[in-house]
Amino acid sequence: MSKLTITDLHASVITEDGDTPILRGVSLVVESGTTNAIMGPNGSGKSTLAYVIAGHPKYTVTSGSIDLDGQDVLAMTVDERARAGLFLAMQYPVEIPGVSVSNFLRTSITALKGEAPKLRTWTKDMKEAMADLQMDPAFASRNVNEGFSGGEKKRHEILQLGLMQPKIAILDETDSGLDVDALKIVSEGVNRYKESSNAGVLLITHYTRILRYIQPDVVHVFVDGRIVATGGPELADVLEADGYETYTAAARA
Amino acid sequence: MRAPTVAPATDLAPRVFSRSIEDFDVPVGREEEWRFAPIRELADFFQPAVWGSVGLNGEHDVTVEYVEISDQRLSQTWMPTDRPSAIAREQATHAVLVTIPKESIHSNPIVVNLKNAGESNYLHVEVHAGPFSKSQVVLIHDTSGNVNGSILSLLGDQADLTMLSVIDADAAVMQHLHWFTEVGRDAHFLGLSITLGGGVIRTVPTLTYRAPGGKAQMLGAFLLTGDQFQEHRILVDHTQPHCVSNVIYKGALSGEGAHSVWIGDVLVRREAIGIETYELNRNLLLTDGPRADSVPNLELETGDVISAGHASATGRFDDEQLFYLQSRGIPESVARQLVVRGFFVDVLSKIDDAELSGSLMRRIESKLGIVDHE
Ligand SMILES: Nc1ncnc2c1ncn2[C@@H]1O[C@H](COP(=O)(O)OP(=O)(O)OP(=O)(O)O)[C@@H](O)[C@H]1O
Ligand SMILES: [Mg+2]
Repeated sequence: MSKLTITDLHASVITEDGDTPILRGVSLVVESGTTNAIMGPNGSGKSTLAYVIAGHPKYTVTSGSIDLDGQDVLAMTVDERARAGLFLAMQYPVEIPGVSVSNFLRTSITALKGEAPKLRTWTKDMKEAMADLQMDPAFASRNVNEGFSGGEKKRHEILQLGLMQPKIAILDETDSGLDVDALKIVSEGVNRYKESSNAGVLLITHYTRILRYIQPDVVHVFVDGRIVATGGPELADVLEADGYETYTAAARA
Repeated sequence: MRAPTVAPATDLAPRVFSRSIEDFDVPVGREEEWRFAPIRELADFFQPAVWGSVGLNGEHDVTVEYVEISDQRLSQTWMPTDRPSAIAREQATHAVLVTIPKESIHSNPIVVNLKNAGESNYLHVEVHAGPFSKSQVVLIHDTSGNVNGSILSLLGDQADLTMLSVIDADAAVMQHLHWFTEVGRDAHFLGLSITLGGGVIRTVPTLTYRAPGGKAQMLGAFLLTGDQFQEHRILVDHTQPHCVSNVIYKGALSGEGAHSVWIGDVLVRREAIGIETYELNRNLLLTDGPRADSVPNLELETGDVISAGHASATGRFDDEQLFYLQSRGIPESVARQLVVRGFFVDVLSKIDDAELSGSLMRRIESKLGIVDHE
């Protein structure tokens, strides 16, 4: 059992003209075996929250804490957080010229597991994981995210999720840019991972579409750098139908 | 000596071809071709002196000889195109001559270890790849001592020559190096210029074609640290129809005062119809401070080409790439290593010899302080 506990988190983005506060007191718990959905308007700080948990250097935490099973996440480097069991499927995955997918995945697994995977089983595992997501095996020799379509990038993120088996996964708009078929394939990938690892999932999205495939236990409404309401799965439908107007108006008041 | 030849008027090609030093003025730094160079530091390269000639270090293949500069087998037609190269040709007493016989196939690389005679040296190296021959020649320059001179690679019809020149010199070293390549009918040339050190290094690779159908690739990887200066001034002169040229130079710079200059001149003459040309320079700045100048020039005298393009970009070490890799558990030093290897891969992967390309890559990583291989 794992538990990610975020308490009264305040964070700013570091820019050339000073720091701008984005997160204004986020408190949230993600436990193994549960799925938390976060929904909120553009620019409300959802990606910022994801990045701050992962340790992106562009953001600075001004107060609050993040704890994973008694370990202080904020004291860890980015790679230490990953090795502690945190994973972020990014909204905009980064291209890495000259580094092949297979080399990247192997290097990552080696770092996460502390030893290089056996070559034969590794090739087989990677091929199977790719087949599960209906990815062309040729992807293994392509450069990381280079020239990938939006949907291919998202599949590649979920491919990593399946191979790395983190304790807690944050999925930042993994559904955006996917057509219905791809959405189904990717959601199945997430569900397979959830079951096999009994993982905790924090799923950031704008739409209920993905929530029909990946059932959330809890839905949070995120406005202006904070969680302003929390409810069951039915809250997602209300948000999609009515928008965030009532919440944003309340936040402005 | 013959009278200087004056080439047809174009901004890119040299105007004077001559073996007389007096035919070239001492550069003052305002000339287009010298405007980036540290003229004052290079002063000794502009006046003839009594320097030794670069020779060979240790045993070599039978194809490799150290010969008198008067040896009649050395090119009698090649002409220097600037003052340093004219001085070096005039003052050098000896030359290194690599002769790949007609139709001979060499599966192992011919390694040429160059040895400097003293503190300052003249260099003259010629590689003659006979018709239908296939070979790889690896030139390893000495690590200490200044060098002024020229390398000639002359390819016979349908010759296939891969040539690698590695400069990994001490920080105090100055080198001024011409590299002239002439590609024969349907011949294939792959030239790799690797420059990992030295205080002031200026290379002038010039490539031209003797007959139609030649294919040439000129690749470069260079690395600057501290306050080093490097200039790579390339000219591809398409004088013949149906030839191909492809130039890729990649540079990584770190250190406050490092300054690199890449000039990629491609001239497509009126008669050079149906050619394909592409040139690319990318520079990676690993720290604040270094400066990378990059100037591609493409001059087309005919519109009747298959393709002609160029690209140039200089970027900082990308924090987003590092973050992405680290967020997958990869420690920062390994992430940096992956990114730098990825940056150089399209040049270094062209080196057939895995041991050599691996050792060059490790050398780059050590010099950049990414991984301590020493
Ligand atoms: N590097 C940056 N420089 C300046 N402002 C930034 C930076 N990164 C984020 N911000 C600002 O922080 C706020 C929150 O951005 P964030 O990306 O977290 O929103 P989001 O909720 O994920 O939005 P979306 O739904 O569009 O993905 C926005 O106002 C955004 O402009
Ligand atoms: Mg976002």
